[in-house]
Amino acid sequence: MCLAIPAIVIELRPNDMARIELDGVRKDISLSLVEDVQVGDYVIVHVGYALQKLDSEEAAETLALFAELGRTS
Amino acid sequence: MKYIDEFRDGVLAENLANSISIESRSDRIYRLMEFCGGHTHALSRYGLLSMLPENVQMIHGPGCPVCVLPIGRIDLAIRLALEHDVILCSYGDCLRVPASDHLSLLKAKAQGADIRMVYSALDAINVATQHTDRDVVFLAIGFETTTPPTASIIMQANDAGLRNFSVLCNHVLTLPAMEAILTQPGGVPLQGLVGPAHVSTVIGSQPYQAITTRFHMPIVISGFEPLDLLQSILMLLRQVNEGRADVENEFTRAVTSAGNRKAQAMVDEVFELRDSFEWRGLGSLPLSGLKIRAAYSTFDAERRYPNLSYISVQDNKACECGAILRGEKKPQECNIFGTVCTPENPVGSCMVSAEGACAAHYTYGRHLSA
Amino acid sequence: MNRSKSAYIRPLDIKNGRVEINHGGGGRASAQLIETLFVAAFDNEYLRQGNDGVILPLPPAGGRLVMSTDGHVVSPLFFPGGDIGSLAVHGTINDVAMMGAKPLWLSASFILEEGLPLADLQCIVASMAQASKTAGVPVVCGDTKVVERGKADGLYIATTGVGYVAEGVAPSGDSACAGDVILLSGTIGDHGMAVMSKRENMEFESTIKSDSASLHSMVADMLATGAKIHVLRDPTRGGLATTLNEIAKQSGVGMVIDEASIPINPTVAAACEFLGFDPLHVANEGKLVAICPAADAEKLLTAIRSHPIGIHAAQIGEVIKDDSCFVQMKTSLGGRRMVDWLTGDQLPRIC
Repeated sequence: MCLAIPAIVIELRPNDMARIELDGVRKDISLSLVEDVQVGDYVIVHVGYALQKLDSEEAAETLALFAELGRTS
Repeated sequence: MKYIDEFRDGVLAENLANSISIESRSDRIYRLMEFCGGHTHALSRYGLLSMLPENVQMIHGPGCPVCVLPIGRIDLAIRLALEHDVILCSYGDCLRVPASDHLSLLKAKAQGADIRMVYSALDAINVATQHTDRDVVFLAIGFETTTPPTASIIMQANDAGLRNFSVLCNHVLTLPAMEAILTQPGGVPLQGLVGPAHVSTVIGSQPYQAITTRFHMPIVISGFEPLDLLQSILMLLRQVNEGRADVENEFTRAVTSAGNRKAQAMVDEVFELRDSFEWRGLGSLPLSGLKIRAAYSTFDAERRYPNLSYISVQDNKACECGAILRGEKKPQECNIFGTVCTPENPVGSCMVSAEGACAAHYTYGRHLSA
Repeated sequence: MNRSKSAYIRPLDIKNGRVEINHGGGGRASAQLIETLFVAAFDNEYLRQGNDGVILPLPPAGGRLVMSTDGHVVSPLFFPGGDIGSLAVHGTINDVAMMGAKPLWLSASFILEEGLPLADLQCIVASMAQASKTAGVPVVCGDTKVVERGKADGLYIATTGVGYVAEGVAPSGDSACAGDVILLSGTIGDHGMAVMSKRENMEFESTIKSDSASLHSMVADMLATGAKIHVLRDPTRGGLATTLNEIAKQSGVGMVIDEASIPINPTVAAACEFLGFDPLHVANEGKLVAICPAADAEKLLTAIRSHPIGIHAAQIGEVIKDDSCFVQMKTSLGGRRMVDWLTGDQLPRIC
């Protein structure tokens, strides 16, 4: 069961909830499984819960790696 | 969509696919197994399988929790709904799985059972809060990704003193499944494993060491956007070519070595290991499933409804889900694939869930075997 | 001199009233509901005759009659960009238009659930009247019944449309030929996701609006180009994928479409990601698929793009010879996969 999407946190809400957004779609999800999430962070969302923060530096590195690996050796 | 579109770039995909072609040695066959239903789905949906050279073969492993859920467990859920008049909350994937007596959750609903689809575990607990006059049961399934949300709602129900809520727990673990596949007699020879994406965000990359060490099997943990998968396949190819067997993490933007400790702690608080749990296609595996701890027993549907004993039910004789889940057969090698067994009339669970190997092949790939 | 007091008829309490069983009984209460709500809103010379049926003229020489009917049971009744009423009007107008015909008259049959707030009913009827007026297709006859509480989802509406089609115009699902080009008039998935955004347990906030609209004036523009149109169909329930598969099967051909060329609103794409839907399977209510010989594609596409609801039109694929009648897609990744019919009801994938 792996459908999970990265979305940006746009608002923190009471009871460990947060409002996230993906290209204009907004939904309220739970932050009870993660810590130290701030507005502006990206989180991986799965069945209504944030599972992990997305590390944007690592994301950039991965993309750079795709480009490099893909250069035919 | 940020962090999605960039990982689906067509030009990068073509380059990666070319690299895979170039680096795959023509005198070898690479059999790689993916363990994540989301990966199975993505490989088909984006047409990635058609971009791989013939000697790189993806074997679909038992990473789809709906597919590995035995019929007998669905029967329990149906009985709860029909005989105990509970409101049964379930994720959408489970609703069409065929169970005993020609029933499924959806068919039981047509017979009058109060069965409600939920998108999130949170929805299930909200139903319980809104209907305090009725008993509400949440059919919890899933690997380590979905287990923490279930732990969270049980703790929430406990804190709120909810008296009408319980969980039918079918949570299972990834590593025992991997070990079962790698130790089965007469099993398919594999050269590498693609590690699940979101399971790994929770458990971390460290636990997979046990597999690489014991079986000398390379593992690459992959994100599940298509570029992640292509890169992970390339990384596996390189490991195989170089004779290495390491745990590599391609999904570094979400997976760390230790994983999500907070989520792990919550799971540990609420659940403990079952001695053994039956898996469709794999038989009974020791220490592979979770049950609710005694401290939270009021939220355990199996203890709350005492007449609910599990009866193991065999698959339909013609159904090859078991062999397919073990990677021994391909969907099109099942005699009833596409004829008797279709997504409209599924005989086995591999055809019901969108990430089951059979459904994925039927929906996205059957033109290749026509 | 005797004067009879003018009879006082208590007016319908639209603000707070609800549909009651006697509103469907055919008696005074029925008549009042019909007069106050329906006839007043739809107001045209046909309805004013007050008969059970209407007499309509035959088409001009060479022309033929086209008729189509549709039932509307959407839930929720109101969604961003429309409601069951406007949907009922646009939907049937479009069915007639897909025959290459000019829709001329509509009938509307209402099954009302006891307890439906009259304010909601008035909103829906007003919305229908507006859609009908803008489209220039009047509702000329109708019927109202009431069923007990719990036997309908608020209300159901069935509309039938009648129109004229000119001689020689006969787009049909079985007329696609290998070598033809597949055109799509705009973005996919807007209607289905707009409705989904209001469904319980799946609500999300967004700017997504249903694309529910009447296509007949665009079809008229298309016909006026003189292009040969082999197939016209609107991809409603089951989405673009189902429509293409239907046509492929009817015509005994295969198709290859190009994912990157299929227009989709990024917010709709995001909503589909969230809920695990494939946009190809999501309903549309204001779009059409047109299949034509390659030589006619450019002028047809120009005509569609010149129309306000066709500005995002695109050529999305071609028809090929294939006895298995598969619809295949070149993915945005460069791979190939099949595009299948929708199976059952769309259940959001968790994974």
